[in-house]
Amino acid sequence: MIFLKKGCELLKITIGQYYPVESIIHRIDPRMKILLLVIFISGLFFSANFLGYIVSALFLGVVIKLSKVPFIFIFRGLRGFLFIILFTVVINMFFIESGGVLFEFYFFKLTYDGVWFSVQMICRLGFLTAASSLLTFTTSPIQLTHAIERILKPFSKIGVPAHDIAMMMTIAIRFIPTLLEEVEKIRKAQMARGADFDVKGIKNKAKAFIPLLVPLFVSAFRRADDLAMAMEARCYRGDVDRTAMYKLKLKKLDYYVLLFGFLFLVFIFFTKVKLFV
Amino acid sequence: MKFIECENVSFSYSNNKTSDKKNAESERNVLAVDRIDFDAIEGEFIAVLGHNGSGKSTFAKLINGIFRPSEGKVTVDGLISDDDKNIWEIRKNVGMVFQNPDNQIVATIVEEDVAFGAENIGIESGEIIERVKKSLDAVDMSEYSKTAPHLLSGGQKQRIAIAGVLAMKPKCIILDEATAMLDPIGRKKIIDIIMRLNKEEKITVILITHFMEEALLADKVFIMESGKIVMSGTPREIFSEAEKIKRLGLDLPAAAAIGYNLRKYGIDIDRNIIYEDEFVNYVIKNIKLTSKNKVASRSEKRRVFNDKIIEVKNVSYIYNESSAFEKKAIKNVTIDIFKGEIVALIGKTGSGKSTLAQTLNGLIKPTDGEIFVNGKNIWEKGFKIKEVRKKVGIVFQYPEYQLFEETVFKDAMFGPLNMGFSEEEATLRVIKAFKAVGISPELFEKSPFELSGGQKRRVAIAGVIAMEPEVLILDEPTAGLDPKGRDEILKNVENARSGFDMTVIMVSHSMEEVCGISDRVIVMNNGEAVLSGGCGEVFQKGEILRNSGISPPAVNVILKKIIDRGVIIPHNIYTVADAVDFFKERL
Repeated sequence: MIFLKKGCELLKITIGQYYPVESIIHRIDPRMKILLLVIFISGLFFSANFLGYIVSALFLGVVIKLSKVPFIFIFRGLRGFLFIILFTVVINMFFIESGGVLFEFYFFKLTYDGVWFSVQMICRLGFLTAASSLLTFTTSPIQLTHAIERILKPFSKIGVPAHDIAMMMTIAIRFIPTLLEEVEKIRKAQMARGADFDVKGIKNKAKAFIPLLVPLFVSAFRRADDLAMAMEARCYRGDVDRTAMYKLKLKKLDYYVLLFGFLFLVFIFFTKVKLFV
Repeated sequence: MKFIECENVSFSYSNNKTSDKKNAESERNVLAVDRIDFDAIEGEFIAVLGHNGSGKSTFAKLINGIFRPSEGKVTVDGLISDDDKNIWEIRKNVGMVFQNPDNQIVATIVEEDVAFGAENIGIESGEIIERVKKSLDAVDMSEYSKTAPHLLSGGQKQRIAIAGVLAMKPKCIILDEATAMLDPIGRKKIIDIIMRLNKEEKITVILITHFMEEALLADKVFIMESGKIVMSGTPREIFSEAEKIKRLGLDLPAAAAIGYNLRKYGIDIDRNIIYEDEFVNYVIKNIKLTSKNKVASRSEKRRVFNDKIIEVKNVSYIYNESSAFEKKAIKNVTIDIFKGEIVALIGKTGSGKSTLAQTLNGLIKPTDGEIFVNGKNIWEKGFKIKEVRKKVGIVFQYPEYQLFEETVFKDAMFGPLNMGFSEEEATLRVIKAFKAVGISPELFEKSPFELSGGQKRRVAIAGVIAMEPEVLILDEPTAGLDPKGRDEILKNVENARSGFDMTVIMVSHSMEEVCGISDRVIVMNNGEAVLSGGCGEVFQKGEILRNSGISPPAVNVILKKIIDRGVIIPHNIYTVADAVDFFKERL
């Protein structure tokens, strides 16, 4: 049960992650932001030396600064991934055996290569999570779904249901908080009837959760039914002659962003060919 | 010109392909709507009454083309609903707002949701932005345009739903029990908005409701009963037929209800008196006050209870402590609950009523303060919290949504078995509980999902009563029910006390209910318990009540109006029964 509760809290936080301020980064077209993220990540994995990471860090730092999202929020976002990052680092640190030995203790061997590789891992995974969370901090879920719809649009000719995917995502995002509230309510209601969710053993656990899951599913279906009816009543019929309130349109800013991303790639490339080193 | 026309319209769920209702079994060959003739002129305000299952919702869905008639013809603004070509035009012209505020909002941002319908009918971007702004203005929700809908209250969500309909520029709006799940403040706001749209924008309104005071505002009222329209006419034509209304299991508006009951005592009060002001005028003209029966306040025979069963001492609770979403739900609350009483817990949405109720049986651990049940501190080390849950049972809001077992009987067994009673003991208790709530044995082996809404709720309540707790807490037990269902639940509540010696705590939004049933009222505002006492004491405190967002029962409002006109009558009459009791010797 503790696990479930923690899960709910985590979800609530990530869903409500959008940080609503006015900033230049918030204004960038969401498609361009996704593209920029892809550019950044490929640059990150392309760079292989210290300078490359410094360039990446600078790039990331500038973007975070411009976004007006407090650094502390980004760090807090990293916290959730800390374990994964540390785990990879430790594994790498002790299992890479090449390079000069720095430290030896029984069968543990810490090598220069191991340390360098770990530093790289920290940078890559850390920057990657920071950059991705920055995307969700500066882009509302609805903008993200619009962007995904538009990005997928060309593929609808080969049968990718771009609009349907976007609509499903929207509805999912819309109903996650509602269903979480519902879970909490049913959980309490059954606890008031003496239900015990903290039992041992898989079989008992599964049985204990029936009073929670059955009402939850029934309610989810009922909601789906109601929602479908409400959508139909508001003339929804899929992607037929549908317009959008806010059309995604690339502005001057978005092209500068593209240029900025391209420059970043060029820099990374130069660090790689050791022109500066 | 006739705007909506229904000619001999019937609808059955079983042979209609546009719907795949789950309970087709029970509804087979039953007409949900049975040969209805109905028409409406553009700009009319129509109320549709009738208890649950009378076919009101089906009827509404026939008008906006969600369902197509199995027989007969529905014409809206000259378009026949059976024609595929017309269906989108009809849905655009006839917008619909549904009962559950949560289940009709699609988007994750308010303005995007309002735009949804307009986007569907292919309006250009610039025009949509314009319409969304106007629609949000019309429902006074402009400042929330960028908010996430799940952060809004039920009433605000319904206003968003109305705005979403308005953005399609409809000629007619149907509200399908859209006010049923709201608190009185939220409800009043919706009705004000609807009235304004009807009067100023000339939008035709069809209001399906259980609240008779709302029906009084309409130009025309229709009453439905098992798929048929059984009465129609102006509110006066309808509510002057008090006997007929009562027979249909519906309520009367307060003034009409007092008049109806006075006539039983041989007082010749005109049956056409149905509006408050008419009743006020009638009383002023006819009241016979002698020095002997002229009293400014009634003596109240309030039962007083002395043994404390629950003590709440300086309890506070903070949601999401030390996070950005931190919210103080209750602050330093100190109250006592006495053995054997029925206590009503009132206050507007968000005042902390439900949170307080949940602290009483240990579902929520207070951030601060102590709770004693039968003199024992429930959060003391070594005290088993399950013991508290055995002593203090709680029935949540819409408890029918927690039913999960295969049969009604098994579901009610869940609680008693969890509490450690033997199979036989639990069976006996469940049978007794079902008897108390009026669930008959032929329903025992049915699936809970086959029952009607009111039955489901009574099964859920029985599930808690069967645990035979000493204290029974009910969180808005009558919310969303029709008058008949509501009266049955209230009877259950009284049975719980008289038949099982339970102490009852009832959270409620209906002051009529509260004054009719409770010995004591506790008023919550902004997380604090601001008042406690009998109805008489509590409703004296006009200012505190106003600050708490509570308005007195309709009967009391009428009496106050009479007093304001200089007639000396008691100010502390709150229920129809008491009003009748007072007036029967003075008119």
